[in-house]
Amino acid sequence: MERKIRILVAKPGLDGHDRGAKVVARALRDAGFEVIYTGIRQTPEMIAEAALQEDVDVVGLSILSGAHMALVPRIMELLHERGMDDVLVVLGGIIPNEDVKALEKLGVRGVFGPGASTQEIVAFIREELNLSPAPAVAA
Amino acid sequence: MTIPLIQAMLNGNRRALARIISQVENDGPEARALLAELYPRTGQAHIVGITGAPGTGKSTLVNALAQLYRQQETPPKVGIIAVDPTSPFSGGALLGDRVRMQNMAGDRGVFIRSMATRGSLGGLARTTADVAMVLDAAGFSRILVETVGVGQAEVDIANMAHTTIVVEAPGLGDEIQAIKAGVLEIADIFAVNKADRDGVNRTVMALEMMLGSGMQVVSHHGRVMKVDTAAQTPAWRPPIVKTIALRHDGVSDLLQAIEQHRSYLWQAGQWQRREAERLRHVLLHVVQDEIMARFRRHVSEEQFQHVVAELLARRIDPYTAAEQLIDAVPQQR
Repeated sequence: MERKIRILVAKPGLDGHDRGAKVVARALRDAGFEVIYTGIRQTPEMIAEAALQEDVDVVGLSILSGAHMALVPRIMELLHERGMDDVLVVLGGIIPNEDVKALEKLGVRGVFGPGASTQEIVAFIREELNLSPAPAVAA
Repeated sequence: MTIPLIQAMLNGNRRALARIISQVENDGPEARALLAELYPRTGQAHIVGITGAPGTGKSTLVNALAQLYRQQETPPKVGIIAVDPTSPFSGGALLGDRVRMQNMAGDRGVFIRSMATRGSLGGLARTTADVAMVLDAAGFSRILVETVGVGQAEVDIANMAHTTIVVEAPGLGDEIQAIKAGVLEIADIFAVNKADRDGVNRTVMALEMMLGSGMQVVSHHGRVMKVDTAAQTPAWRPPIVKTIALRHDGVSDLLQAIEQHRSYLWQAGQWQRREAERLRHVLLHVVQDEIMARFRRHVSEEQFQHVVAELLARRIDPYTAAEQLIDAVPQQR
């Protein structure tokens, strides 16, 4: 049996549009991951602290407010302070193309906009974590 | 020599603590060495179980309790273990208890860990008691363990907690539900949450009736305790506390009830007995797991399948087959 992968799904900032985050959280659960869902209106401190306590392999952020260039750098900084540079950070929501480079420079590994399929996200995470392409247990 | 990860944890490194918990939860290669070294440091924490049906407000209550503990004059460090179910189909889990446990992110005296059941059926994960041990060793003197939303028979929590709180909410069942065996019998304290809802008095009354009848024999963690003559220490009668966790109403009464139960355990000489009982269960679990592991090492899947085929053909019965398989396992590792 492969090691259980733990993923934090969080919504930083003030927009309350959590449908996308919930759909992704559920898809990740169905792909056999353990998803820690924290819900909306998370501060960067709350997210970094939850990631630390839960010892997650992946942090998934959903931002639709347009505040990603303010929130993501702070979250990356707090994760770094906690020695969590090895955690895979992926981002979803409304992220303009021109910001993606800057976010990747900060250490964000994947950015998924509208139209990205959940299979795509699952496959990306499995690949980044060097897991075999197929889920351990078929859904 | 101290394992470096443990040294870091004892120095207050929270990442080290989180890592140790993961090792223990995953039964990783270092888990045993870690637990062996941590064990002498345990035994300080008061473990409080919070159980009840889904939707009764367990997470919100745990959150309110933890915050109140942290507002005490000399606040204890509070560890929280929140258990949610693993999907039997995908093996994945959605652990959502943190949604109701906000506002404590800045408090280093609180550590929250979500756990998936990973196939266990008693309302906890197999390693929940081990994770509690790690938090205990790390100096968390109150450990709140929230079980999955339970039905009527998931009572493992009573075997690992010093104090078990059963959370009820109005409108979930009638008096007949209250006199059934199972979850209600393990309560040291009842919390009737959402007490601003209709039917709260009926719920309280049903519980009181249950407690009133037959309470000459006091059930403590599901174990019947004899109540002898007046010379004996008074028995514990589970108090019923009304709470509205969202508004933090009644939570201080609940905290007081926990602390009263704690001093009852100490004064009545029950603590050691309870501790022995707890450890007995821990040991039994480990023995069971070890025996199963040894069995799996020595009996191949093919052998097992072969016997299943024999069963299917009705050439052998399950008991005889089990005996033969077990006899084939060598006594030595």
